[in-house]
Amino acid sequence: MIAELGHYALILALAFSLVQSVVPLVGVRYRDASLMISASVTAVIAFLAVAFSFAALTDAYVSSDFSVLNVWQNSHTLKPTIFKISGVWGNHEGSMLLWILVLSLFSALVAIFAKNLPGTLKALVLVVQGWLLSTFLLFILLTSNPFERLIPPPLEGRDLNPILQDIGLAIHPPLLYFGYVGFSLTFSFALAALISGRIDGAWARFVRPWALIAWISLTVGIAMGSYWAYYELGWGGWWFWDPVENASFMPWLLGTALIHSTLVMEKRDALKIWTILLAILTFSFALLGTFLVRSGVLTSVHSFASDPTRGVFILAILVVFIGGSLALFALRATTLKPGGLFQSISREGALVFNNLILATATATVLVGTLYPLVLEAINGTKISVGPPYFNLTFGPLMIPLLIAMPLGPLMSWKRSDLMPVLARLYFVAGLSLAAALIVASMTYGGPVLSVLAVGLAFWVMLGALCELAERSGKKGTPLKTRMARLTGLPRTVWGSACAHFGVGLLVLGIVGATAFDEELLAQLKPGETMNAAGYELTHEGLGVRKGPNYEEEVVRITVRKNGELIARLEPAKRVYQARKSTTTEAAIKTSFLTQLYVSPGETFPDQSAVIHVWWKPLVVLIWFGPVVMAIGGLISFSDRRLRVGVPTKALKKGQPANA
Amino acid sequence: MRRLSTIITVLLVLLAVCAGPAIAVEPDEILGDPVLEQRARKLSTGLRCLVCQNQSIDDSNAPLAKDLRVLVREKLVEGYSDQQILDHLVDRYGEFVLLKPRFGGQTMLLWLLPGIILGVGTIFVIRLFRRKYEPADSVSPLNKNEEAALTKILDERD
Repeated sequence: MIAELGHYALILALAFSLVQSVVPLVGVRYRDASLMISASVTAVIAFLAVAFSFAALTDAYVSSDFSVLNVWQNSHTLKPTIFKISGVWGNHEGSMLLWILVLSLFSALVAIFAKNLPGTLKALVLVVQGWLLSTFLLFILLTSNPFERLIPPPLEGRDLNPILQDIGLAIHPPLLYFGYVGFSLTFSFALAALISGRIDGAWARFVRPWALIAWISLTVGIAMGSYWAYYELGWGGWWFWDPVENASFMPWLLGTALIHSTLVMEKRDALKIWTILLAILTFSFALLGTFLVRSGVLTSVHSFASDPTRGVFILAILVVFIGGSLALFALRATTLKPGGLFQSISREGALVFNNLILATATATVLVGTLYPLVLEAINGTKISVGPPYFNLTFGPLMIPLLIAMPLGPLMSWKRSDLMPVLARLYFVAGLSLAAALIVASMTYGGPVLSVLAVGLAFWVMLGALCELAERSGKKGTPLKTRMARLTGLPRTVWGSACAHFGVGLLVLGIVGATAFDEELLAQLKPGETMNAAGYELTHEGLGVRKGPNYEEEVVRITVRKNGELIARLEPAKRVYQARKSTTTEAAIKTSFLTQLYVSPGETFPDQSAVIHVWWKPLVVLIWFGPVVMAIGGLISFSDRRLRVGVPTKALKKGQPANA
Repeated sequence: MRRLSTIITVLLVLLAVCAGPAIAVEPDEILGDPVLEQRARKLSTGLRCLVCQNQSIDDSNAPLAKDLRVLVREKLVEGYSDQQILDHLVDRYGEFVLLKPRFGGQTMLLWLLPGIILGVGTIFVIRLFRRKYEPADSVSPLNKNEEAALTKILDERD
């Protein structure tokens, strides 16, 4: 019964979002305020209906109602409750429902919280959200109904893929979808602006907070997914350039470009056409990601062709929305007046450079991801495009970006000179060089490129600090004044410095974990010891443990350093009863930023076990860096200028808002 | 519908084979000569496990991946060069086995596109700045009030 109600609620939501797609548009056309306001009402109702539907499916999972096909396919009575809940989105139908839930949530958030938005703009934004929501509701109702019944109901479910039975599944997809779908708002804002023909700095100020929320979620979501893969897959990798990863990485790259270009648009009323295009493209890439992941096209062009209903439906959504929005863009963009002028060496120029590199990087990832699919579709040739390709193409693109990162924020708007900016960074350059030299002397004979990368990481981090120091005053300014000025700086300045610092941390982590790691593999009998990266690992024996829905074989290992016990690790191999499938549970000992990663291998009748050990210096920074970046985003988000319509504070300082 | 679920089941089984006990290289495979072993590892990371989803044979523990790792090491011991081993594997399994596609007619665009895109983008940006330098004739001259205000500000500065 509850399942039917959930199904019914989806249809109800569809009805309301169809109303939302049309009625406010009529309101805008005939300047009828009450029709325009109806958008807010329908948006909230549609959200409530979808939320109810989601709750109904969750209920079916928690109560193990196997008369619902989807629950039977993906759940099991013995599964811990948290994994029963996360199992809701651990499958195609449920994850589409989550997608839709987040989409309707964002519409409702705009309806409720965007109070300072002009009526027409708000109505149009919600209209476009209505188009998106009704399309995806149609998709789920027609091709992926999560409430399909199974009569008679089986006694036991088929359980969830064990790799997904992890806290990672509980957190990673919701965060990722918040990011993906959050960019639907930038898309809707862009279309609304194109339809109404009004695009100015204020538009950028309205869009920025939403772009920031999406970007923050996506940043944390991707980092979280990376850590999940790192500890769950068990071979110590943290980024695989897998098409599914790329699908989330491309919107992130473009979203990063977007939050930089909205800065230019907000402050200087320039780059309007490009920013609108970027807002459209960012969500288009999120849609493309959904298509790639959900249609099955990634596994093989053939598996896509053998059951194309879903794939073709999403492809049609892609074509209509991306094609339609780009056509509208092409029609309307030419009517936009170019905004403020600036020279190439200026803050704007630096941000244009940022956008150029990030857009090229996105295109590169896109080419690498789609090339094998397209080639196979054209003439059947199968090739693989793996990590070596991306390291060779994407990698070098990042170098100029990282070099320019500390320069941009020190430049002034409109026109600037390179020499004074460089002069302010002499100290930073010197320190970074020193850091690189220290690392070089510590790891004598190590790879030269990695040493340079360490220098680059410090350049970015110290550059971020330098920006704050520079803004606190010239040489000789007393510390007290400096502190006062620092606390008085706009939060966006703190935010960007923090985010840039996070990028430096990330680079440092990547270099540490890939260039200076150590790996050792050995077969140990009980009582035997191996030495890895200065640690002594002793095999203390095997054991068997029972979990709620699995059994695991544990290898007991003690870790000593100079004879002193520092950790007991228990890497394990799990067998999940329902699917008879195994997973590896690596054991990780973290000491500050460095991790000792122990993965269990085959065990033998004589109780000996194969043990694979990695020592990964600074690896924690790979995930801590993005967290710092996200915190920077949050600080920026909290800036009052984003909440208050007019930047009164900036006006007082005598800096005209519209120069 | 049913077909799709069959495909997904097959995939999950494959995934389970690949992602199961994750140790890839096994101790009995390791070559005595550390230089050769180093080369073997390097080659392995660039070779695709053919039955897995996007995994190198170095990471995968599928039986086929093991066979390939052993094959690579045998050839190394026999004195093959890295290039000869790659050629040998491509002859046997096709270009699909290489994670880094070779530059050729079919993959020319793959390797050139990033550069082309960067080039086109750069030209666009340069043109953007060029255009900006042209004097904009839409700028209207100051009216009397504005001029007075400007003189006042300039006077105050002096």
